[in-house]
Amino acid sequence: MSTPTIEKEPASKVELPAGVGGGEIPSFDITLKVRRYNPEVSDEAHWDEWQLTMYGTDRVLDALHKVKWEHDGSVSFRRSCAHGVCGSDAMRINGRNRLACKTLLKDLDTSKPILVEPIKGLPVEKDLIVDMEPFFQSYREIMPFLITKGHEPTRERLQSAEDRERYDDTTKCILCAACTSSCPVFWTDGQYFGPAAIVNAHRFIFDSRDDAGDMRLEILNDKEGVWRCRTTFNCSEACPRGIQVTKAISEVKQAILTRKI
Amino acid sequence: MQVHKYDVVIVGAGGAGMRAAIESGQRARTAVLTKLYPTRSHTGAAQGGMCAALANVEEDNWEWHTFDTVKGGDYLVDQDAAEVMAKEAIDAVLDLEKMGLPFNRTPEGRIDQRRFGGHTRDHGKAPVRRSCYAADRTGHMILQTLYQNCVKHNVEFYNEYYVLDLLMVDQEVTENGVTRLQKRVAGVVSYDLASGELHVFQAKSVIFASGGVGKVYKTTSNAHTLTGDGMGIAFRRGIPLEDMEFFQFHPTGLAGLGILLSEAARGEGAILRNSEGERFMERYAPTIKDLAPRDIVARSMANEVREGRGSGPNKDYVLLDLTHLEPAHIDAKLPDITEFARTYLGVEPYTEPVPVFPTAHYAMGGIPTNIKAEVLQDNDTIVPGLYAAGEVACVSVHGSNRLGTNSLLDINVFGKRAGIYAAEYALTADFVDIPADPLADTVALLDTARSSEGGERVAQIRKELQDIMDANVQVFRTEETLLEALRVIDGLEERYKRISVQDKGKRFNLDLLEAVELGFLLDMAKVMTAAALHRKESRGGHFREDYPNRDDENFMTHSMAYKDPSAVETSGVRLETKPVIFTRYQPMERKY
Repeated sequence: MSTPTIEKEPASKVELPAGVGGGEIPSFDITLKVRRYNPEVSDEAHWDEWQLTMYGTDRVLDALHKVKWEHDGSVSFRRSCAHGVCGSDAMRINGRNRLACKTLLKDLDTSKPILVEPIKGLPVEKDLIVDMEPFFQSYREIMPFLITKGHEPTRERLQSAEDRERYDDTTKCILCAACTSSCPVFWTDGQYFGPAAIVNAHRFIFDSRDDAGDMRLEILNDKEGVWRCRTTFNCSEACPRGIQVTKAISEVKQAILTRKI
Repeated sequence: MQVHKYDVVIVGAGGAGMRAAIESGQRARTAVLTKLYPTRSHTGAAQGGMCAALANVEEDNWEWHTFDTVKGGDYLVDQDAAEVMAKEAIDAVLDLEKMGLPFNRTPEGRIDQRRFGGHTRDHGKAPVRRSCYAADRTGHMILQTLYQNCVKHNVEFYNEYYVLDLLMVDQEVTENGVTRLQKRVAGVVSYDLASGELHVFQAKSVIFASGGVGKVYKTTSNAHTLTGDGMGIAFRRGIPLEDMEFFQFHPTGLAGLGILLSEAARGEGAILRNSEGERFMERYAPTIKDLAPRDIVARSMANEVREGRGSGPNKDYVLLDLTHLEPAHIDAKLPDITEFARTYLGVEPYTEPVPVFPTAHYAMGGIPTNIKAEVLQDNDTIVPGLYAAGEVACVSVHGSNRLGTNSLLDINVFGKRAGIYAAEYALTADFVDIPADPLADTVALLDTARSSEGGERVAQIRKELQDIMDANVQVFRTEETLLEALRVIDGLEERYKRISVQDKGKRFNLDLLEAVELGFLLDMAKVMTAAALHRKESRGGHFREDYPNRDDENFMTHSMAYKDPSAVETSGVRLETKPVIFTRYQPMERKY
């Protein structure tokens, strides 16, 4: 992962192939169905639906905004960055956990209604907004911060590029809860730490600079820890960052058994 | 009314707010109020890196970094602040590494460094490897690492608490026989999104770290939530805003979408081409070409499009070419941004050039502070107990154009300083009494938005605001476009008084939230436009076609915008000036 020198200067001028950069953007119609719930109004949830005209690069988030901004301002959902890095808008789209800002409408089957629901396993507050506190509680319990022994060096700690690569995949987590709320074990047992907390434990357990791996392994050896995982792979499929979540959980299980990191 | 009491209250939980909280929380009783969850903050979207003269891969020193920052800002940088930032950059990076940040490494295991726009060896001789990075997700790693350390230090967060007002009192102070009015901080008013309840937070120190205002523009790299709340609150309470005419347009936003593609792409060797396949930056910046500072590259791109050399069906963008780079190199160094191109435009960067156009990215201006992050109520007077850091602030290390990576640096250096100084002040100061009826203005603000039945839609007014800002207050400006923009904004403000919020509930009323945010956006658009009108010269990110040259004789000064209803010609914004601080470098012509 070191920086190779760029030896060759690129050409001052090149022939561009025809049609570079794409053509006109097509429009199409969709039906969006959103699961509504507002305890201020009723204890019952229900579905609302809208017919919308959308464009080629529009995402599910654009459709939700169109509804909120042009049809019904009370439709409530969290969002911020709108390009898949902040983790605010995880939701169930056609039964799968995804980020609304990363799911292009044209990649869904637009001949049928698009169903949008809150993620499962966390208490619904209003429409697509859930209470994230239980999720962050599990995260905090695995001690998600670097713990070291001995004196701090004056400069940086050294870490080889290979050691850095070892935990790269699990540093990508944005805490969106798509994985945890896709896990059937988490749905039935809210005490289970869930994939996201294990992913974040993995990020430190396999960091060569960290000295608290054993403590974290002990926490995850708990009856609500990694052994609840039944390897259904929902979490890996749900991760919008492409993290191999199930693999990370397996590596933690293996480390508990062998006590080798 | 619920009242909470803390030594220090921090508004915002991005990089600057959390860096401040780590310091302040270990010294004084601290609360962090954020309208999001901390990890949703837009620091996480920063990509390319954080510069510091570590000299891990080649010769470098902090003085060169200071010079680049001053020159990059077209000499409008306060040089005492730039020195502090470049000097403390080294510890800021090492602090983050010790907190656990997973930087990319050299073969020797040290923090790796790469090139970035405007960062040079020995005062402009050649690009230098100064940016410390973690692939193209450096901001994500900084945000996560700071949050992790806040968890470690048990920092108290109030998530989804939207601060709507700053409580201050005016005290008469007599110094050397002269009596003047001195502002003092008493606390803030916050709206709990989950319940719709208002809370007063009484505090000895308040730190604003609430980020930028990119959503005044349509095409922007900024999150939906970046609506200039902190700047707006301060402005409404009589604090001036400094250098608001300077807004950075990042050269490489995905065309039509504005999603950021890091300058690191060009740092790793990507280049820009026009519709004729020409590497046009060779004409605009012969020495450092595609790695010229952002204002120059953005203007060059816009110029190519204006002169008919834009690409695509509407000839309205240029191309970022990575096709000469090894796919393995792209995967290792630029994994996220190449995925953005695939996901959102369906373009494969290994083999096809990526359509890009400048995207509204960063406010150089903001709440004026000194190098201790203390907020100024005029050119000389600080407001005891009030601090600001990060994009909301103007210290001013970025002058008229920020260099890439210097924002991640700014939040770490001045966030840390704000946390330390705010806590130290709180330990020696007394609470200021909360003014009578502290909720009055906030209740009025919310009630107006909630109860009005005028029928105007928030989204429609916001769209028209963003359209006029994109058209008239973007890379190129003239007196004519700016005056028209002011006129349009005035009209939108009138209509804003008649908006109707459909959601009448208390629980997570995000409809109401967007209405309040729009009020801040309108205020800030007005300030930015009035300040741009006032500066009759071209410097850094502010380019006036009717005054195309830099004019040091008349405009080598910061602008200070005050809320003043009597300034009718400029929509209630009064412009004054503030001297620039020089220490080492005299202004020179800016060439690359």
